Amino acid sequence: MATALLGERIKRKEDPRLIQGRGHYVDDIVLPGLLHLAFARSPHAHARIKSVDVTAAQAAPGVVAVYTGADLQGKVGMVPCAAGIEGLKVPEHPCLAVDEVRYVGEPVAVVVANSAYTARDAVEQVEVEYDPLPVVVDPEKALAPGAPRVHSKLADNVAFVAKLEGGDWKALEAEPGIKVIRQRLINQRLAPVAMETRGVVASYSPGEDLLTVWSSTQIPHILKTQLALMSGVEENHCRVIAPEVGGGFGSKLNVYGEEGVACYVSKALGRPVKWIESRRENLQATIHGRDQINDVEVYVRPDGKVAGLKCWIIADLGAYHQLLTPAIPTLTALMIVGAYHIPCVFVETKGVFTNKMATDAYRGAGRPEATYIIERVMDLVAAELNLDPVDVRMKNFPSPKDFPLALPTGVTYDSANYQRTLKKVLKAAGYTKLRKEQERLRKKGRYLGIGLSTYVEICAMGPSSRMPAGGWEFGSVRIEPTGKVTVLSGTSPHGQGEETTFAQIVASGFGIPYEDVTVLHGDTGVVPMGIGTFGSRTTAVGGTAIYLAVERLKKKMARIAAHKLGVKPGELEFKDGKVQTAGGEKAMRFLEVVAEAIFAKQLPPGVEPGLVEQCVFEPANFTFPFGAHLAVVEVDPDTGEVRLRNYYAVDDCGRVLNPMLVDGQIHGGLVQGIGQALWEEHVYDENGQLLTGTLMDYAVPRAHQFPWFETATTETPTRVNPLGAKGVGEAGTIGSTPAIVNAVVDALRPLGVRHIDMPLKPEKIWRVLRSASAA
Amino acid sequence: MYTLTYTLTVNGAEYSVQTEPRKLLLDVLREDLGLTGPHAGCEHGVCGACTVLMDGRTIRSCLMFGIQAVGARIITIEGVAQGGALHPLQEEFSLHHALQCGFCTPGMILAALEFLGEHPDPQEDDVREALSGNLCRCTGYDSIVDAVLAAARRMRRG
Repeated sequence: MATALLGERIKRKEDPRLIQGRGHYVDDIVLPGLLHLAFARSPHAHARIKSVDVTAAQAAPGVVAVYTGADLQGKVGMVPCAAGIEGLKVPEHPCLAVDEVRYVGEPVAVVVANSAYTARDAVEQVEVEYDPLPVVVDPEKALAPGAPRVHSKLADNVAFVAKLEGGDWKALEAEPGIKVIRQRLINQRLAPVAMETRGVVASYSPGEDLLTVWSSTQIPHILKTQLALMSGVEENHCRVIAPEVGGGFGSKLNVYGEEGVACYVSKALGRPVKWIESRRENLQATIHGRDQINDVEVYVRPDGKVAGLKCWIIADLGAYHQLLTPAIPTLTALMIVGAYHIPCVFVETKGVFTNKMATDAYRGAGRPEATYIIERVMDLVAAELNLDPVDVRMKNFPSPKDFPLALPTGVTYDSANYQRTLKKVLKAAGYTKLRKEQERLRKKGRYLGIGLSTYVEICAMGPSSRMPAGGWEFGSVRIEPTGKVTVLSGTSPHGQGEETTFAQIVASGFGIPYEDVTVLHGDTGVVPMGIGTFGSRTTAVGGTAIYLAVERLKKKMARIAAHKLGVKPGELEFKDGKVQTAGGEKAMRFLEVVAEAIFAKQLPPGVEPGLVEQCVFEPANFTFPFGAHLAVVEVDPDTGEVRLRNYYAVDDCGRVLNPMLVDGQIHGGLVQGIGQALWEEHVYDENGQLLTGTLMDYAVPRAHQFPWFETATTETPTRVNPLGAKGVGEAGTIGSTPAIVNAVVDALRPLGVRHIDMPLKPEKIWRVLRSASAA
Repeated sequence: MYTLTYTLTVNGAEYSVQTEPRKLLLDVLREDLGLTGPHAGCEHGVCGACTVLMDGRTIRSCLMFGIQAVGARIITIEGVAQGGALHPLQEEFSLHHALQCGFCTPGMILAALEFLGEHPDPQEDDVREALSGNLCRCTGYDSIVDAVLAAARRMRRG
C-alpha cells in the first residue's frame, strides 16, 4: 500500500465499479411501486395551446394519471433563473406550458404509467390543439422592429443589455496611425450531449413528509433548495442524491421543469416516479451551448500592439431562462481581452429571446466564445499587418512580473507566464520547421495550416461576491475509530475523478495509505452543504476545503499526541502512518492517536473527543489557468476535408495534483473544442424545427477523427488557494477551438481567405476553394 | 398486456423471462435481469453505449428485441471479468485513464473485446477505426486507444 503523494499519477478509486458495469446511474435506481413518466412535447416552435385533451391517454391501460400545464398551475413553482443582471427580463417559465409553447420540445403534458413503454405510448394519445404563432429563430431578426415577440407580455425580444467599458477610448480613437480591423465572428449553437441523458427519480413519503430525489445533476444542493421551493415540501424534508452521473459538461448544472414535475407527481400520487430522457428529448430540451454573434473592432498600432477592442455580442438565449442562461454571455465579456494587455475595452452584450431551447453553460460557458474572439483577433491582426502570429502574441502578452494583473474588464488575473507556455508549444511542434514545410507544400499546391491559440480562462468559481448563489465550497474529514477516513465534499464530480484527487489530498496530509480514504459526495442527506461541480472549481475550491479540514484535524491530533509523548505539537509530523518528531525518536502510530482522540481517556484539557473537522472555503478570487495550443491541419483541395495532422497543447492549470487526471481533462476538452471548430452545430430551420435531433445528425466526434494529442504542462501556482491548483476541467475546450480555425484559415491564406465561420465542414471549405479558384 | 415467456443465456447463466414481445434486449437485460452495465445512450444504434456480445459479435442491444436473443450466448460487461479476475482490457482501461464518467465504458470494452479477438496485434489507426462506432464525450479517445493497445500486448503475452 503506497502512500499517495500529491502530484502522483494514481489509479482512480472510481474505476473498479465502472469498468465492471457496477456503477449506479439514475436509471439503475429501482424502487417498489415505481411509476414512469413521459412528456408530451410541442411540435411547434411557437403556438397558442387551444386545448389539451387527455381523455384517451388517461383511459389507456397501464396509465395512472395525466397532468397538463393547467393542472399544475399554481401547484408547482416556475423553472428558476439565478442570474443576477441589472434590468434582466425574466419571463414566466412554467414546468409544463400553459397557454403558449415557445420552442420545439417544450413539455406540455406528462403521462404517468406503470412502465416506461406504456407511458411513451400514451403520450401519443395526448391530443393537443395548437394555433401556430409567428416564429423568430434568427436573433438578429428578433431584434428588428416589428419582429414577432417570443413573449407577448414583453415589449420586445431583448432580455438584457449589459455594457462593459474601460480605458481612455477618446485618446485611442484620436491616436494617429491607429488601424481599425473589423470582423464578424459566429459562435454556433452546440449540444452538450453527455452520454447519459438527464433522468430523475422522485419519491415522496407522505408519512415522513419526505421528498427524496435522485437526479443526474452537477448541483445536488442547489437542486434541493430549488425543488423544495418548486414543490412546496420544506427544504429540511428534501434530500437530493446525485448518483453516478454519466457526464454533464454544464448541461446538468441546472434545474429543469421535468424535475419539478416529477416531484409534484410523486407527491400527488404518493408513489415514486422515474423519468429518463430520450436522446431526442436531450437534443431538443436539455440546454444548448454557445450561440453568439460577435462583431469586433480591433484598434491596432502599426507594430502589432493591440490598443483597443470593441465587441458587440448578440447572445441567442432561446425562449426562456434556465438557471444561468443570461449569465453565460457576460462571462464572454469578462474574458474578452484574453491573455493580452489591451488597455481599452468596450463590450456590449445583448441577450435575445428566440423560439429555441435555452442556451446555458456548456463546457467553458462563455469563455470559449471569448477565447475564440480574441484568438481570431490576434490572427486577423497578424494577417492584416503581415506579421507572424507568434510575434503578435508575444508583443501583446503582459510580462510574468505584471501579475497579479488588474484588467480594464474588472477582473484581476492571479498568476501567469504566457511566454513560457507559448515557447514550449512552439518547441514541441517544431514551429520554424513547420513554417518551412508549409512553404514547400504551398509551392506544390498543398494547403498546410498552422494555428495557434494562447488562451486564458477564468476558473475555480469563485468568490461568493461574484457568484449568483455562493462560490464557497464545503469539505469535511472524519476519522473513524478504525483509522479509516471518510471525506465529505459539497462538490458533485461526475467523471472528473475527485474521489481520487481528494483521497490523495487527505492521504498525503495524514501520511496514511490512499486506500484508507473514502470520499462521499452528491447526497444532501450525507453532505450538509455544497455548491457543486462546474466552472473548474471542484479541486481548486472543494479540494481546498478538504485540505484545510485535514490541517485542522492534524493540529488537534498533534496536540493529543504531544500530550502523550511529552513534546510540543509543533515538533510533530505526519509520516508513514505515524505521528512523530522529526527523525522519529518519539512516535505514535496514527491509529493510536485516533484511539486516544475517540476513546478520550487522557485528552489534554480543553480538547473535545472525536476527530471530525469541516471547512467552508471561500476563495478570495477566481483563478486564471492558461495555455498555448498549436494545431497543424491539411486541407484537401478536392473534397474540402480538413485533416487534423498534429495537435500540441501546453496547459498551465497551476499545481498538478494528479497528472493522469489533468491529462484526461485536457484530452476530453480538446475533442469537444475541436468538435466545435470542425463538425458540431445544432441547427434549427427558419420555422424553428430542430434539424439535428438525433446523434445521426448531430456530429459528436469519434475516435478515428483525431491524431494522437501531444500534451504537456507548465506549473504556475496560484496564491488564491493553498493547494496552488487552478482548475482544468474546461481548458481543453476553451483553448482548442480557435487553434483549429486559425490553422484552417492559415492553410487557405494563399487563396485570400481571411475568415470562415465554424464548423469548418468539408462542404463549406469546398465552396471557399471553388469560389477562390473561380476568382 | 400480451407477454411471452422465453429463455436467455447471459454471461453463462440461463434466465427465464416474461416480457412484452416488443421489449428491447437492452431493457430486458437491465430491468428483467438486473444487468445494468449496458446503457441506453441514444436508442437508435449510433452511440454504442448499449453494446453487448451475441455469440461473440457486438450488437446494439437497443436495436433488437429480447426475444431475438433466444438461443444465443449473450455477454454483457458484467460477464467480462472471469472468476473474480478483471479482464486485461478492464485493467488497462483503469491504468490508462480510459474512462471518466463511465457511461460509455461497458460498450467500449465489449467493442474492444470483439476487435482484439480478430486483431490480436493491431495498429493505432485500426483501433481508432474499430472504436469509431462507440461515442465517448469525456476522454478524447487517446486514453482508450492506449488502453486497447496495451491490453492487446498483454493478451498476446497470455
